[in-house]
Amino acid sequence: MDVTADLSNALVLDGNAVAGDLEELLGFDMTGAMHRCTSCGNHGAMATLLAYTGGPGTVLRCSICHEIVIRLVRTPTATYLDLRGAAYLCLRPTAADSR
Amino acid sequence: MPTPLTWQIATVDEIRPETAEVKTFTLRLPAWRAHRAGQHYDVRLTAEDGYRAQRSYSIASPPTRTGVVDLTIERIADGEVSPYFHDVLVAGDHVEVRGPIGGYFVWEPGLGGPLLLIAGGSGVVPLMAMLRERAAAGADTPTALLASWRTIDDVIYRAELEALGAAGDGLLVVHTLTRAQPSGWTGYARRIDGPMLAEVRTPLGSDPLVYICGPTLLVEAAANGLVEGGVPAARVRTERFGPTG
Repeated sequence: MDVTADLSNALVLDGNAVAGDLEELLGFDMTGAMHRCTSCGNHGAMATLLAYTGGPGTVLRCSICHEIVIRLVRTPTATYLDLRGAAYLCLRPTAADSR
Repeated sequence: MPTPLTWQIATVDEIRPETAEVKTFTLRLPAWRAHRAGQHYDVRLTAEDGYRAQRSYSIASPPTRTGVVDLTIERIADGEVSPYFHDVLVAGDHVEVRGPIGGYFVWEPGLGGPLLLIAGGSGVVPLMAMLRERAAAGADTPTALLASWRTIDDVIYRAELEALGAAGDGLLVVHTLTRAQPSGWTGYARRIDGPMLAEVRTPLGSDPLVYICGPTLLVEAAANGLVEGGVPAARVRTERFGPTG
């Protein structure tokens, strides 16, 4: 996917902007969690994923190869979390996550 | 046992203009929790027909300011949430928020430095929370703030930044004005680039801890420039702002 146009009109956010929705869903902060991109193998923090929040759902793309890593879609009755673009997520809750 | 992240109804205590397009909203929270500098709150508005708009706004206040949070918000002309804050909200009104959120783009004195903070426009807000916490803690972590603005009138927290930079505790504040400069301006007058980054970071040594917040193009330029200049990528944390207001 060519994201150059998106980057130049600056509409792209990042994983920080989706942190509240993911924490509500999973119960802890995900921004520092590491992921590996299934497509290119990049290893990075969730916060660094490029976030597209303007559509009916939220799409998080790899900051290196721009392939989809995570999709989050809410319907009136359910929430779908599609993680197929992440080979893994490494969750390491810290003391600071405990409220 | 962690407390779940839940929505709560905040009360607007005070609204303070910062620049023509930027205001700081002090929100009093019934369930205030200590935050970490750099974290944000989500805000959501619900219309009578149930339509909801949600945005994230960085906390400007340090965690030492208890019971309330300051959210500094830029008015985006065609936005859904920021015009409501700027044009409709008055002190005493209620607004639905949740937070504090985020554990990646945070700094606290224990993380040390040297600290290089880079802001594009209202991207300065979470960095201001870091500078305020640094000052409140009496930390002398060597620190530089490089902030990019269109004009001098767009500079948020201008007087406070000037005072912090003059305190003699190891903080250097550098502005670049990309569109217009006041007469007699001797500072930078261009977009952030490699040579500018090199000049600002040189006094901090080779291994600064870097926080960059702003529009995605500025974030990319600054992060790439620093990594190409030898800063380890693992020392660079970024947060992208968008004009979705």
